[in-house]
Amino acid sequence: MATENGFAVRAEGVSRHYQMGSTLIRAVENVTLGARAGEFLALLGSSGSGKSTLLNLMAGLDRPTSGTIIAQGCNLSDMNSIELARYRSRTVGMVFQSFNLLPRMTLEENVELPLRLAEVDRPERAKRVHEALEHVGLEKRLAHRPSELSGGEQQRAALARALVNRPIILFADEPTGNLDTATGESIMQLLREIQKTLAMTIVMVTHERPLAERFARRIATLADGRLVSDGANS
Amino acid sequence: MKARDLGELAVRNLREAILRNSLTTLGVAVGVASLVAMLSLGVGLQELASRRLANSGLFDTVLVTSRRNIRDFGRSPAKSSALVPPLRALDDDARHEMERLPNVVEVYPQIRFPTEVRYAGNPFQTVVAGIPPSSRGNGSFEGVQGAFFSGPSADEAILQIEFARDLSDQPSTLIGKELVVRYMERQALSASSGTADSADARRTAQPGATNSIDALGDGFSIVPREKILRIVGIIDTEPATGFGGFGSGRLFIPLEVASALRAAQVNDLREAVRVSADKPSYSSLTVRAAKPAQVEAIESAIKNMGFAAFSLLDATRGLRLFFTIFDLLLGIFGGLALAVATLGIINTLVMAILERRREIGILKALGAADRDVKQLFFVEAGVMGSFGGLLGVGMGWLIGRAVTWGTNLYLQRRDLPPAHVFSVPWWLVLGAIAFAIIVSLAAGLYPATRAARLDPVEALRYE
Repeated sequence: MATENGFAVRAEGVSRHYQMGSTLIRAVENVTLGARAGEFLALLGSSGSGKSTLLNLMAGLDRPTSGTIIAQGCNLSDMNSIELARYRSRTVGMVFQSFNLLPRMTLEENVELPLRLAEVDRPERAKRVHEALEHVGLEKRLAHRPSELSGGEQQRAALARALVNRPIILFADEPTGNLDTATGESIMQLLREIQKTLAMTIVMVTHERPLAERFARRIATLADGRLVSDGANS
Repeated sequence: MKARDLGELAVRNLREAILRNSLTTLGVAVGVASLVAMLSLGVGLQELASRRLANSGLFDTVLVTSRRNIRDFGRSPAKSSALVPPLRALDDDARHEMERLPNVVEVYPQIRFPTEVRYAGNPFQTVVAGIPPSSRGNGSFEGVQGAFFSGPSADEAILQIEFARDLSDQPSTLIGKELVVRYMERQALSASSGTADSADARRTAQPGATNSIDALGDGFSIVPREKILRIVGIIDTEPATGFGGFGSGRLFIPLEVASALRAAQVNDLREAVRVSADKPSYSSLTVRAAKPAQVEAIESAIKNMGFAAFSLLDATRGLRLFFTIFDLLLGIFGGLALAVATLGIINTLVMAILERRREIGILKALGAADRDVKQLFFVEAGVMGSFGGLLGVGMGWLIGRAVTWGTNLYLQRRDLPPAHVFSVPWWLVLGAIAFAIIVSLAAGLYPATRAARLDPVEALRYE
């Protein structure tokens, strides 16, 4: 898929408003921001700043009230629900703060799920699941259920699930938010390694400035739904 | 998502809430069982009635008599119009002609005569009836204790249970024993042996027409005879094969044997005055059609041959209408339970949406389209419907067996023969399962649509 001016994904004048009773919530207001191909972008901000909303818009989970999201040369606003689902399935991988593994499935089944949705053939699936779990060091925990894993292991499994479809962009929403410092550190190391080895674009939401400064190449800061700073991380 | 993956995920999801989903499936099963039981009862009763009526011969037989009866005796045949076929004797020629008509299975006379039976030195008054060979296969003698006649000319007898009880306190011990039937044999008087008066009478009635239908017969004499018969069977019910049937017969013998006895019958007095001696005729013949639907054509053909013919054709049409309405009503009552089960499916799936809200969000985040989520819930409903349908058919069948068992126990206590009041035909089995699946899918439509429309961001936020 072609990139636009080197951007893997780009929000242009994007706003996202919600109606809560009689109050209009401006979660994201006129934000223009892009992540270049192979870049590690951190979206920094305090709680309620709109960073997760912006991430969801870029990941195709939500649609903007106004503005456009261009990913791999395509305007997500022009996509119907099936095209948007295909975008989430084949172009994007997602990691969440609360891991979001399905508790009744084994690790193998959890990681296989995106491949089922993408209608990948069974023999190919087994190969890719093993590869992805090997990548995060969980190849020996195939038959375990999420409840049998530690938080860090669960997040690594979630990362394997996000990578299994070989996405171009990885969106991570507070990936260390539920982990202790040491485990969070190891997850961040893993993310950076993946970004380097696979030349993957990573957009990560975090409220921890030190973490962003340590691992991201560029940091964009949001406050009250607006972009307040965007610059390379020194 | 591929169908196999969809199926696997659906079954996995159903297994997770196994108690609730099992109860919902059981609800569907009870609904289907109710429907199957009701319709099976309708079908069974219809089959039972049809079989009994078919066995009775009321609807697949035509009773044929001569158009000339005792009232118009003596009228000239010249009065017949050109449109009305000429009067004919109901004799062997006519019988063979009727046998050759299309779709006629058999033609037989009704032979019934009073007799005195001697058994163990005691006399018993009863009526003997001749039974055609077809009675063996058409169910008229279904449930006979012992056996049917070993052959069409066997000197054997089957007793009606009431008569058997007259003969012995233990009717079953009668089988294999012999009895003596005393009857009056009819011996035709030939022209040479007739009196001068009878010859004069013939000349007066129809000069020169001794072989015609209107010729007076030579009459007959009655000679007492005896016949030894071996008892081979006892029948609980009265077999009434044919419209006009075997009437009040209590002792049944093969028709061929009965015919050979030439026993004097009630109608003989009438026949004696109008039939020629060299060509015996019948007071009536029973013509059996292959199917009740063919009776009308056969009846018409027989009328055109110059005979009077009667059938109960219209009654079968009324019967079919009755059972169609009966089945419909039973189906509606049975369907009510399935309607309740449908609400159970909707409830279960709506609850599942609430519980699996976050899971739906995860699926969408991982690339599931609305269509995939919808299909998943749809398949779950379908799986519940399929299992419920299969289980329901099994339960319905068991209910049928239990009701049949109970009914037969009741009938047995009342000394009545057993009856199959339930019938679960294949079309009902397949139809009920298909119906359960369709109803379940319809029930799953609303929850599936609702699940598909869930906003993934909202769903992911749900705890």
